[in-house]
Amino acid sequence: MPATYRSFRDLDWTLLIITLILCALGVLQIYSATLGTVWDEAWWKQVVFLAVGAILMLVISHTDYHFLLRRVPWLYVGSIALLLVTFVIGSKVFGSRRWIPVFGMTFQVSEFVKIVLILLVARYLTDLRTEYLETRDLVRLGIVFGIPMVLVMKQPDLGTSLTYLPILAGCIFVAGLRWQHIAAVCLAAVIIAPASWYLLKDYQKARLTTFVDPESDPRGDGYQVIQSKIAVGQGGVWGRGVTQGSQTQLRFLPVPHTDFLFAAFAEEHGFVGVVVALGLYFLLLMRIIQNAQMASDRAGLLICVGVAALLLFHIFVNVGMVVGRMPVTGIPLPLMSSGGSSLISAFIMLGLVQSVRLRRFVN
Amino acid sequence: MNLLPQSEPASRQDLLPLKQDTKGFGARIGIFQYVGLVVFLLLIWSFWDLQVLKGDLYSEAAERNRIRSRPVLAPRGKILDREGRVIVDNHSTFSLLLSRENLRPENLGYIADGLGLQLTQLQERIRRYAKQPRYEPVIVKDELTAADLSFVEAHRGQDMFPELEIIHTQRRLYPSEGFGAHLLGYVGEVSEAELDSAEYADFRPGDVIGKDGIERYYNDTLMGTDGQRRVVVDNRGRERQLLAMREAVPGKPLRLTVDLDLQAVAELAMEGRRGSVVALDPRNGEVLAMVSRPAFDPNAFAGRIPTKVWREIADNPENPLLNRAIQAQLAPGSTFKPIVALAGLETGAIDETSHVNCGGGGSFYGRYFRCHSVHGSTALRKAIAQSCDVFFYTYGNRMGIDAIAQYAQMAGLGRKTGIDLPHEAAGLVPSPAWKMRNYRQKWFAGETISVSIGQGALTVTPLQLATAIGGIATGGVWHKPHLVRHGRSEAAASKADLNLDHVSDVVYGMYAVVNEGGTGVRARLANVEVCGKTGTAQLASNTLLKSAAGRHMVDNAWFVGFAPKSNPEIVVVALFEAGAHGNLAAPIVRDVMKVHFDKKARREALAVPPSVAQLIPRKLMPQEPR
Repeated sequence: MPATYRSFRDLDWTLLIITLILCALGVLQIYSATLGTVWDEAWWKQVVFLAVGAILMLVISHTDYHFLLRRVPWLYVGSIALLLVTFVIGSKVFGSRRWIPVFGMTFQVSEFVKIVLILLVARYLTDLRTEYLETRDLVRLGIVFGIPMVLVMKQPDLGTSLTYLPILAGCIFVAGLRWQHIAAVCLAAVIIAPASWYLLKDYQKARLTTFVDPESDPRGDGYQVIQSKIAVGQGGVWGRGVTQGSQTQLRFLPVPHTDFLFAAFAEEHGFVGVVVALGLYFLLLMRIIQNAQMASDRAGLLICVGVAALLLFHIFVNVGMVVGRMPVTGIPLPLMSSGGSSLISAFIMLGLVQSVRLRRFVN
Repeated sequence: MNLLPQSEPASRQDLLPLKQDTKGFGARIGIFQYVGLVVFLLLIWSFWDLQVLKGDLYSEAAERNRIRSRPVLAPRGKILDREGRVIVDNHSTFSLLLSRENLRPENLGYIADGLGLQLTQLQERIRRYAKQPRYEPVIVKDELTAADLSFVEAHRGQDMFPELEIIHTQRRLYPSEGFGAHLLGYVGEVSEAELDSAEYADFRPGDVIGKDGIERYYNDTLMGTDGQRRVVVDNRGRERQLLAMREAVPGKPLRLTVDLDLQAVAELAMEGRRGSVVALDPRNGEVLAMVSRPAFDPNAFAGRIPTKVWREIADNPENPLLNRAIQAQLAPGSTFKPIVALAGLETGAIDETSHVNCGGGGSFYGRYFRCHSVHGSTALRKAIAQSCDVFFYTYGNRMGIDAIAQYAQMAGLGRKTGIDLPHEAAGLVPSPAWKMRNYRQKWFAGETISVSIGQGALTVTPLQLATAIGGIATGGVWHKPHLVRHGRSEAAASKADLNLDHVSDVVYGMYAVVNEGGTGVRARLANVEVCGKTGTAQLASNTLLKSAAGRHMVDNAWFVGFAPKSNPEIVVVALFEAGAHGNLAAPIVRDVMKVHFDKKARREALAVPPSVAQLIPRKLMPQEPR
């Protein structure tokens, strides 16, 4: 073994504690936001998922990540297969098939595919053995990522499929993406973006339109953004207090326990609470990056970078949406938003980071 | 230390050694960290902007979201008859409110569609509220149907039409078939023009007020004061919390002097005809019945009626909106003769020796005036009973126009009676002074001849005629007619110091009309001494002539009657315009009187002194006859 697991004390306790604080804030906010509604059981379900996630995290952190890397081809094939299964037996919610039933619960396969993709890109880039990535590597990675992305997009779930991109982008950037390639990708984006407008579905177009001008559709998506901004703004410096936010409690704020949870949090805890929560997220990210820098090999480093890039993207898109700076995409806030798949997937990823940390000393 | 699977292509593995150092990645990770920092700073700045810089702005927006003002509409008071029977009631209904605070103008088209309203109408309604505080909602539609309710319920809520709210209201319920329509009037939303006038200064747009009749005259009594609720609502418009409440003060009930039984008899008799019936108690001026036909359905006016419906009623040539009892100004014809007779007796122009020889007409001032029959030798009583024109031509001419006008005015003609109804007409008692003032012309002596038999420029309303004859019948006390008792004293009446012998001479003449082979035998009742006077007016008033030329050229038929002969307690006037039904005027008066006296007889049969009544077991009490 190239790296050894020393002892339980070597776990990244800072990372773990930050994670648990954020989860606790999430549970509190879910409780407050669902009080007296049909979802009022969501907070203790979240606690159960939290426990399951914590156990899985410990299991993963005690597993050598190289063991998992070796099984990437099988994991990848399995992921694609499950995504296909989702098409067949997936339960349809709000017009898209994202969930498959397991033991009476539903799992969002696309959330777990992220983990496989992090392992996959880490392994691929480690296997390269070159200083820089060649174009053919980018094409290969593009195809390997493209397949699950297309499958998820067809569910349809554009938001989740887009979250796969930062994994790829973060890892190839750190692993030595040529500046020429970066320039080429930026140029391509500028050209493709207008063209892709014609590929989007109507509701997706509407979301982008209302993102630019929320007042253009105050009944639909624009409504969500307007109400979210009102909720955030009314929070003021100190917040309205737990269970006291009128936008949240009177249900003006849409889905205040999932996608718009952070708006509810901002309303009830104010700017001070927001700074604390975002500060914790920032510390979490920096801690993961620190673990990346301490990794004993490239694979471990890339795993940490992939996790960090993914979380950063999630936070940016979700919180940006809450303050009206990003379009409405339905991407949950990691660790805080209500939802088992998202939470457990986040814990598994943090377990991978722990696994890397525990094996940071080269023998 | 090969951690790669064995499947890795051998060629590549051979080219380069597997690099496991991570040192080369440091710079790129540094860049990544800065990207993260920028992202977080951008987010924090966004929250600073929304929560700290614009916090107050968004707090206000949140308030507008959740706090609503909802009116609590006060029900109007019921209108009762003299015995406390309900004439005008309320019924429960739902009205739709539109909150202007939450209004999204682009929704109006959908809302109008869903409710079957015109978009322009809806916008006009909202515009009318422009001067009101924005928290006051606009009432968009009353009498919501089941379809309207389900439309609103399905679309209510913050993400659909947050501006819509439903409230429970009380709507006016009037008798059907236009029963008492003119008397009762109707309610309607206060108009823009009314709001600009001083009289309506206290009202606000959307208020439902009395527009005519009793509803208008006693609006202050009947109309309550609306309350208001400030409530916290959720995103579906459901109330979560009551912040403040100002209770509605319901309007007070109003008891009329009208007797529903008498009103009903008169209404039924006038069904499908054009004219009016007025019954009042000459002892105190209480109006017992007041009918005007054709009528309209006040229920159609009770809410916010479409202009089209309104125009249909208002433009009807039969003029159903006219309350003929107080607004039809018509020549009284021969029903005016008792007043002329009294004037003659009082001024001494007529005495017991006065008589004419009626040969079917007579010449006065070079013109021949016809009588409708040949009466031969005719003294006062016969002249009244047979309605001999020649007698009244002769003595009218002798006493002169000023004497006639003086006594007509004394009886209350030529001016408003002051009844508690809006828009009463004054009628006209012509005189030389009046003619000079209005036409700058001398009075022609021939005009006096016409006025003597209730023609010429003389016009009265049915109510005026009833009041005038009632006052003469009671010996010269004219009470102000009224529909609601105010405990008014005798002082409200105008009195004349009449010679009671002269009064009884006139009364006997009118008794003869009904009971001694006169023109009004059809008004006769078995047990009551009914007195009366027929009239056939040959021309309608000038104003009506202009309004619908030709039709009104036909004679109008009148009958005025009172009973009993001594101490009369009821006086009834019936008018048929375009008198095809002229012979029905007397029977209607008779029927109304009959109901009055039948009821009185029944009341007297049941009357037991209260102290005794308490001692007698209920079953031993006299039972109402079957």
